[in-house]
Amino acid sequence: MSLSAILILRLTLRKTTPLLLAALGGLFSERVGIANIALEGMMLTGAFFAVIISYFTQNPWLGVLAGMISGMGMSFLLGVASIKFKANQTVTGAAINIMALGITGFLLETIFEKPGNSPIVPKIEIISLPFIKDIPVWGEIISSHHIFVYTSFALVLILHLFFFKTPLGLHMRSVGEHPMAADTMGINVYKMRYLGVSISGILAGLAGASLALGDLSFFAERMTAGRGYIALAALIFGKWTPLGVLGSTLFFGFADALQESLQGIGKINIPSEFFLIIPFILSLIVLAGFVGRARPPASIGVPYEKEEG
Amino acid sequence: MELKGKKWTIILSPLLALAFGLIVGAIFLIFTKKNPFQVYQLILQGSLGSKYFISETLIKATPLILAGLGLAIGFKGGLFNIGAEGQLLMGAFIAALVGFKVSSLPPLFHITLALGAACLGGALWAALAGWLKAKRGVHEVISTIMLNYIAIYITNYLVRGPFKSGYLPKTPLILSSAKLPLLLPNTRLSIGIVLALTLAYLMYRLLEQTVFGYELKAVGFNSQAAEYAGINQIRMIILTMGLSGALAGLAGGVEILGLHYRFYGQFSPGYGFDSIAVALLGKNNPLGVVFAALLFAAMRTGAMYMQRVMQVSTDIVLILQAAIIFFIAIDFSFKLWTGRRRKTWCLYQRS
Repeated sequence: MSLSAILILRLTLRKTTPLLLAALGGLFSERVGIANIALEGMMLTGAFFAVIISYFTQNPWLGVLAGMISGMGMSFLLGVASIKFKANQTVTGAAINIMALGITGFLLETIFEKPGNSPIVPKIEIISLPFIKDIPVWGEIISSHHIFVYTSFALVLILHLFFFKTPLGLHMRSVGEHPMAADTMGINVYKMRYLGVSISGILAGLAGASLALGDLSFFAERMTAGRGYIALAALIFGKWTPLGVLGSTLFFGFADALQESLQGIGKINIPSEFFLIIPFILSLIVLAGFVGRARPPASIGVPYEKEEG
Repeated sequence: MELKGKKWTIILSPLLALAFGLIVGAIFLIFTKKNPFQVYQLILQGSLGSKYFISETLIKATPLILAGLGLAIGFKGGLFNIGAEGQLLMGAFIAALVGFKVSSLPPLFHITLALGAACLGGALWAALAGWLKAKRGVHEVISTIMLNYIAIYITNYLVRGPFKSGYLPKTPLILSSAKLPLLLPNTRLSIGIVLALTLAYLMYRLLEQTVFGYELKAVGFNSQAAEYAGINQIRMIILTMGLSGALAGLAGGVEILGLHYRFYGQFSPGYGFDSIAVALLGKNNPLGVVFAALLFAAMRTGAMYMQRVMQVSTDIVLILQAAIIFFIAIDFSFKLWTGRRRKTWCLYQRS
């Protein structure tokens, strides 16, 4: 029993990582006032290009880089549409999600001449942490993961300090809360928004890469399977803060790990859907204000128009 | 609500978006060394080139028209219901349930009951999002995204568990008294398409010629002014969402009673999501929705034929659709700029 508890916790960390990276991406975008329902599409694009570049170069690290760049490319569409053209961010986000399905499916079939899956490509090796791996129990849980796991957890701390302790972080938050006031203070609202959306795409692309080259070593059509939306739920449930997002993604990751482990055992008779549904129900409950009120950044979804003259 | 002098832009801008979409698709095709003209021509041929292809296009257009009308009504009323997929699944499941559980009814009653139940299922599922918005201030975009996934998992569970028939996760076949009659012999086309077109006409009448339609548009146009004018916003939000969901639920019900005859998990290839594009491209106008649904259905049907001939992925259609929505979105805002003051909408919650 203790063995399986360790396995479930190990699995929790692995399941949390892509959600955490994507949710942190969402945090950047929504903190500067751009609603991002396109995390799903950016993740899928990131996963795809990570695999493609790893396939052609046989270097998974270049794949990860490609995943991040392609995620940023998709986020650029969101940025241009919502910042420059002041388009409806939900419609644009929906378009990006469909675009990601189309591009990845189309190119997959074109490049490998069959739909469904890519071949196996070189993946990122797992690393075992010196010293930590020798700690009983904890070492078994924490050590021997791929680098994405450690990166994502380190990012939580870095982003917490960034958003709440640095001037740039404060500027970004102010743009999301009250862009006009930020503008009056001499902060370039458009620049901050492009920056936030771009980082959002990079992190969502990285999340996709971690799924494709960390957990797995291939691309499958629609492989993100709603994780981008779960990340969005986690962002809400985590109340738009890095530490909150860490908590919510760990919880969702745990639910997923538990579900998978229970299915593996095949003894306990709880339908897997019960666990899969948790993130979505919880985020609704939190938004409805039944368990503490979540207050989103005030200017989310509202295009900013500089007053001229 | 539209100004008379701008009528041409209502037609022009979707056409421009379509043209831009085709150009984006062509870029992808040229990049992968395919002839876009040949691809587009085969899509056209495979969707309208024979009686069979036309009937298949109309089959796919049916749920898109119904769900697209539902979303268009919501959008007109200022509600961005993107939960059609969940509402459609709920409607479809309940229709199947009534179809195989309720017996010894004459066909007319059985069909009416099943379709009515489908409407009710979709309406309640959507009204939940309406209630969350009206009473708890939860933005409908977020709640309908979440409710989509909840509906997917609930119906998955129901066909995997309690209502499974045989070894596969699908419900039993509905009784023949619940099946929609076929419209054309030797095709799969049921009278569902007639129902969809009739409803498009009724929705046009509803929006243009009734008090409810006027109030709905007034709320969508300027909710604060509507409130001052004495329109009960909470009631309108829940009613509009309910009506929107009823149509999406009906789309699901018609799919089951007219085509699949049973519910199974993956019966909808994302009709609920496609209908967002349909409503946007149709500019939330019932006639526009019919045309947009026919266009998207033709693309999907024709793409399958094109794939058999040229071995080009049908996913090119998704790229086209996404590009069309993207260009509409950019223009959408343009209209908001010029037509009326930019509407400040805030995701997640009312302030």
